Parts: sequence; structure tokens; C-alpha cells
Amino acid sequence: MIEIGLGHYLTLGAIIFSLGIVGIFLNRKNVIVILMSIELILLAVNINLISFSIFSGDILGQVFTMLILSIAAAEAAIGLAIIVIFYRNKGSIRVEDIHQMKG
Amino acid sequence: MIENFQILYPEIFLSLSILIILMVGVFIKKSYNLVTNLTFLILLILIAILFNEKGNTLIFSDVFIRDSFSNIIKILILISSLLILYSSQIFIKENNINKFEYPIIFLIAILGMFFMVSANDLILFYLGLELQSLALYILTAIDRDNLRATESGIKFFILSALSSGLLLYGCSLLYGFTGSTNFEIINNELTSENIGAVFAMVFILVGLAFKVSAVPFHMWTPDVFEGSPSSITSFFAIVPKIAGIAVFIRFMQVPFENILIEWQSIVIFLSIASMILGAVAAIGQKNIKRLIAYSSIGHIGYALAGIATGTLSGYSSSILYIAIYAVMNLGIFGCIFLMKKDGKYTEEINDLSGISTKHPLISISFLIILFSLAGIPPLGGFFAKFYVFMSVVESEMYTLAIIGLLTTVISAFYYLKIIKIIYFDEIVKPFDENKNFSISGTIFISCIFLITFFLYPSIFNDLILTAVSK
Repeated sequence: MIEIGLGHYLTLGAIIFSLGIVGIFLNRKNVIVILMSIELILLAVNINLISFSIFSGDILGQVFTMLILSIAAAEAAIGLAIIVIFYRNKGSIRVEDIHQMKG
Repeated sequence: MIENFQILYPEIFLSLSILIILMVGVFIKKSYNLVTNLTFLILLILIAILFNEKGNTLIFSDVFIRDSFSNIIKILILISSLLILYSSQIFIKENNINKFEYPIIFLIAILGMFFMVSANDLILFYLGLELQSLALYILTAIDRDNLRATESGIKFFILSALSSGLLLYGCSLLYGFTGSTNFEIINNELTSENIGAVFAMVFILVGLAFKVSAVPFHMWTPDVFEGSPSSITSFFAIVPKIAGIAVFIRFMQVPFENILIEWQSIVIFLSIASMILGAVAAIGQKNIKRLIAYSSIGHIGYALAGIATGTLSGYSSSILYIAIYAVMNLGIFGCIFLMKKDGKYTEEINDLSGISTKHPLISISFLIILFSLAGIPPLGGFFAKFYVFMSVVESEMYTLAIIGLLTTVISAFYYLKIIKIIYFDEIVKPFDENKNFSISGTIFISCIFLITFFLYPSIFNDLILTAVSK
């Protein structure tokens, strides 16, 4: 049996964080997937904060996490709203179709 | 603690008035004009309140700080927002974005910036930053039937949310490796042996660089500047940049003071890259808003050069730089609001060709502002660059100074090219007459400030220097 310590949690956080970043840059299809990747990044931060908070016995990290959760919800709402109005104008939310401006 | 509540009066006043004018907007039909006038009133009252604030105070268990530095930044933010909103009145109405939400979201973004520049704690800093960003996401896409505006909204949303995520990851690591979110405690705990915290610093720096659009995190700037309506672009070009530079300085002064060497090398890189890209990439642009986007990237590079020195004179020079940059951009966006042919607003640089014969006043204002942007003495832009380079040379960072001067010369090319188009090309079609005082007044203020700046450069510099040095 291995003892699960701070290092394991931080590794998990780092893996999820990298998945989020890679998801944004590798994804060529759908904007919604990018939104999900952003959520993943924020969740990785939450894992980090909570594990730091537990292992150092300091409550601030958990307070921070609650605030991040609520902000993530607001951000997702605004992001979806912007995607909806884009869909109304363009009729598509594929990433390749977001190319009106270049240079 | 309760007796210190008056420290928070500007923020409380702003939040309450946002709620009140939101109610006004909801319950009174066609209330855009009323809400806008109330917004002007709120901004003026806030400026008056902030002028009376003095002294350094920390409240709410050292989370919120009020000092002369944050006061100066807030006054700068308020004055430039007031002038932006004032000069873009006609533009907003003629482009049918005169919804009552517009000035309210404007105020919410300002509230977020207020908390951002006054934060002495990672949590409050992040909350302020997000309040500002969420308001800005909405503002970019406020012209919701316009494909380009919504597209710039999506681009800005994705990249800005990504940068917030990076910054937040840095905050979580910083919290873990120093054990606190308070800037003072972080400052005490942080040493360059603390590898985890240095790693966290890099993430935070990336997030901040995104917000001020420094190279290599500038990808959103040209598209957002071009796509969103000009009135929003002028806000984007000025106000978040002021707040971003202020936060940069705050981070460098308090939490990261002990790892200056590590942080300095990154800021120098950001500064050099921004200056070079801002000078080179703007040359081929045809759209004036896109050109201003690249020029603003370059100007952020100069402001970062002042910050990179890590000295008080460097910090004050970059605040002065960003203030003068704000004045110049107010003027140039005033001119853009006047670029209207046959009832349609144009943004192409070629549409300016030969307007000097028909519109001597617009042309001379373009001339003054563009010369100032290029840094030609005796205009304000020259003194801004002069103070920055002086502090850079004082810190013996000669490479940075030389690259800065070279990019100034390169960027002068595209500013002078516009002047050549205005004065020496054949006239195609004159602009529509615009007898409105608000735009010409703003351009006039901007030009007078830039022309007369050489009479009293040290007054501003001393004011900012005392504020920065506490």
C-alpha cells in the first residue's frame, strides 16, 4: 500500500492542467470542447489549492476554491452566451469557421 | 475594523450606484441617455472622492490596501473612461449599440480594476481581475448582430480565460509554497531558493503579460481591436492597460521583491519582444484599428522596459508612459470617431488620403498625435520615452535601451506613412461634417496636453514618483 501524499495530488493537478492546455491547442473541431478544457484548467487549480490547504492545515485555500468555483460558473455562462450569438450570426461553431480577421 | 470602513467608500459607492442604475435601466424604457448621464455623474463624483483620499491604510486583515499609488492609478482609470464614454456618444448611437447595459458594464469593469489595483492578497486580486475580464468579454461582443464583433468576443474569451487559468495555477502554487495568499507574507517567505515559488512566479507573469498584451501573449489584441466597435476598442486600448501595468508594478514591489533577478530577465524578454513586434508587424497594416493594436503592443513594450529596471524611477517612468499613452490614444480614437463617409464609419487608412485640404483641423490633430506616438520632441510622447530610457540607462541596461531606440525609429516609419497619406496623397472623398463638441473637445484636450507637456514635465513625474515610493 502506498501512502498518498501531497506529491500525488500535485501530480494529478499538473496532469489535469496539462490536459486542459493541450486540449485547447489540439482541438480543431468545436468551441464547446475549448470551454470544457478551460473548466479542466480551473479544476486542476482547485485540486492544487485544496491539497495544499489540507496538508498545511490552512483554511484559506478552501475559501479560494469556493470563489473559483463560482467564478468558473459565471465564466462558463458568459462564454456560452457569446458562442450562442456567434452561432446566430455564422450558423456554425467549428473552430475553422472563426477566421474573419487575419494578419 | 469598522471604523476604517471609510477607506472603502469609493468602491462601496461604485457598487451601489451600479445596482441603482441597473434598476433605472430595467424599469424605465429607452433609458440609455439617462443611464449614460448618471454614469458621467458617478464617474465625476468618484474622481472627487479619490482626490480627497490620502495616506496608506490596510483593511480587512490586510487584504485591501489604499495608498497614493492606487489612488493615482484609479484617478487615471476614471478620467480616461470618462473621456472615452464622452467622446464615443455619437458613435454608439449611430451604430445601434446604445443599450443601457453598455455604460453599466463599463462601470463593472472599472470596479474590477479598482479591486485589482488595490489588492494586497491573491484572492482579492483574482476576484478583481475576473470581474474586469467578465465585463470585458461582454463588451467585446456587445454588438451582437455583427459577425466580426462576436468573433472577436469568442477569441478574446478563449484566450483571456486561458490566461486567467495560467495565472490562477501560478497563484495556487504560490499559495502552496509560501503558505499564504497575503502579499506581505509571500514577500517574507519568498527567496530565490524556493524553486516552486519561482515556478509559480512564471505562471503569474504569463497571465499578467496576457492582460497587458505583451509579446508572445499578444495574439488576441489585433483581432479584438479590429473586430469590436471602435468605442469598445478605445476602452480596450487604454483602461485595462493602465490597470495591468499598475498590477505589474504592485506584484514587483511587494510579493516578488526578493526574486527580482529571476523576474527581471523575463520582463526584459517580454519588453524587447513587444517593442520589436510592435514596430515590425504594424508596417503592413491597412486597417487603422489593427495598426493601433500593434502600436499599443509596442508601447506596452516601452512601459515594460521601465518596469524591468526594478527601480523606483523605472516604475514611475512607466506609469507616466502609460498615462501619456492613454492621452494619445484618446486623441487618436477621437479622430477615428470622425472617420465617416456617406453615413458609414470607415477604418481603412487609405480613406484618410488627402483629407488635409478639406479637413485641416482633423489633419493637424492626426499630425500632432501621430508625431507624439512616434516620440518626436517636443511633444508628450517624447518625454514619456525619454523618462523610460533615462531610467533604463541609469540601471545600466544598455542593450534594452539600444533596442528600444532602434524600434522607435522603425515604428516612426508607419506613423509618418499615415501623415504622408493625409497630407500628400490625392483626395478621394471628404468625410461627413461632424459638428459635435464631445469628440472635438476630447481631441482638443489630448492635443493641448501633448503640446504643452514640455512646459511642466517634472510636475507629473515628481507626483508619480512620490506616490510609487510611498
